[in-house]
Formats: sequence, structure tokens, C-alpha cells
Amino acid sequence: MRRRTVTAALLAAGGMGAFPALAIEAGQPAPDVDLPGAVDVAPRLSALKGKLVYLDFWASWCGPCRQSFPWMNEMQAKHGARGLQVVGINLDAKRGDADAFLAQLPAHFGLAFDAAGTSAKRFGVKGMPTSVLIGRQGEVLRVHQGFREDERKTLEDAIVAAL
Amino acid sequence: MKHRTLCSLLTLGAALSGCAAFQPPQPWEKGVLARPEMTMSAHTLGERYAQHIYTSKEAASGGTGVGGGGCGCN
Repeated sequence: MRRRTVTAALLAAGGMGAFPALAIEAGQPAPDVDLPGAVDVAPRLSALKGKLVYLDFWASWCGPCRQSFPWMNEMQAKHGARGLQVVGINLDAKRGDADAFLAQLPAHFGLAFDAAGTSAKRFGVKGMPTSVLIGRQGEVLRVHQGFREDERKTLEDAIVAAL
Repeated sequence: MKHRTLCSLLTLGAALSGCAAFQPPQPWEKGVLARPEMTMSAHTLGERYAQHIYTSKEAASGGTGVGGGGCGCN
């Protein structure tokens, strides 16, 4: 009995804090997260039901995020009328960094500013940027990490197929 | 005697788990690590170049002035 207690204590001590958040995968329902400081978009993800949502987690210090902005502007302009809503969730610890980035690269789509990273934690973001394509019923259709110029076409095809 | 064994086992457990309680920074928390002043040497460009080579060989990234998010896309 005693031995069992000791073993349990040891296991508990060793296992503490060793559970990273699981990444969200295609087919799962998207977690309903707050969109803090929302600009040009509803302040909660569930309010966007009925639209195809391209959710993008970005930060000012992330190089590929910089490349993805012109593309996301293009997607919103091209497919917005057919029900696409691009939402960029900024994860900078300092709002000033995000504002400086946006002064250089204006965003013509929905924005949110989640300095605490709560939404990223719920989605189990494993790399920057991470984008999640969410269907009209709130289901995750596609999760993508990173952004390269040669991925523009593939990513757009996925959006068009889901529209 | 039994009490001492229990105590030493618990201490051992705490010591072994030690740093496990500290989480590594999350992918979105690496902004500060990516700043130029966080590099280990004064030659930022050279370090970035070396890190680029290292990354491609070792499939690991981040730290040396490179904001590695873990996706290998930087």
C-alpha cells in the first residue's frame, strides 16, 4: 500500500506540466474562441457561422506572415462576396509591434489581437503562421502551417473548393 | 526508517521532474527570441547564415536571430 502511494506521488511529480495542447485537425469542430479587439469582424468565432472562414494566426516578427498578407488581401477581395471571411489573429505580446507591421502592410480583412494567446492555445498552434480553413457549419476543413509564395495556388484552390 | 525512505523518494522525484514544470515557449511566444539583440554573437548576418545551414541539416530552428515557429518555414 505504502509503496503504491510513493509510486503515485512520483508519477504525479514527474508528469506535472507535461501535457501540451493537442493541435486541431481537419474534421473536428472548430473551438469557439473570442476575437479580442476585433476589427471589421464579429468579436466571436461562432458569430461567423454561415461563412467560410480563413483563420490565420500571425505575428509581426514572423517572416512568412509578411508574405501571406498581400495574398490574404487578395483572397478577401476576390472571394469575399461569395462568403469568404479572412480573419487574422495577431499574437504579438506588444500591440505596438502589430500596429507597426500593419502600417507597412495594411490588412483589408478581419483582425483580432490576442496578446495572451488564448485562441492559439485552443487551436493548438504548432508553428507561425498557422491557418485554419473553417467551413460554413463551423467544421475544420484544413489546417496549414507556414506560408510560401509557391503555396498561393494550393491554398486558394482549397478555398474555392469549399465556397 | 520508512519515513526517511519516503522522504528521500519524494525529494528524488521532485529533483528528477525539476525542469519539467517549465514549459518551453509556445510557437507564438518567440517574438522576443527573434530580436537581433538576442543573438549569441555580434555578427547577426553570419549567425543567421550558419543557422540556416544548421536548420536544413538538423531539422531544428529558432534562436539565432531567426524566429523559428517550429514549422521550418523561416
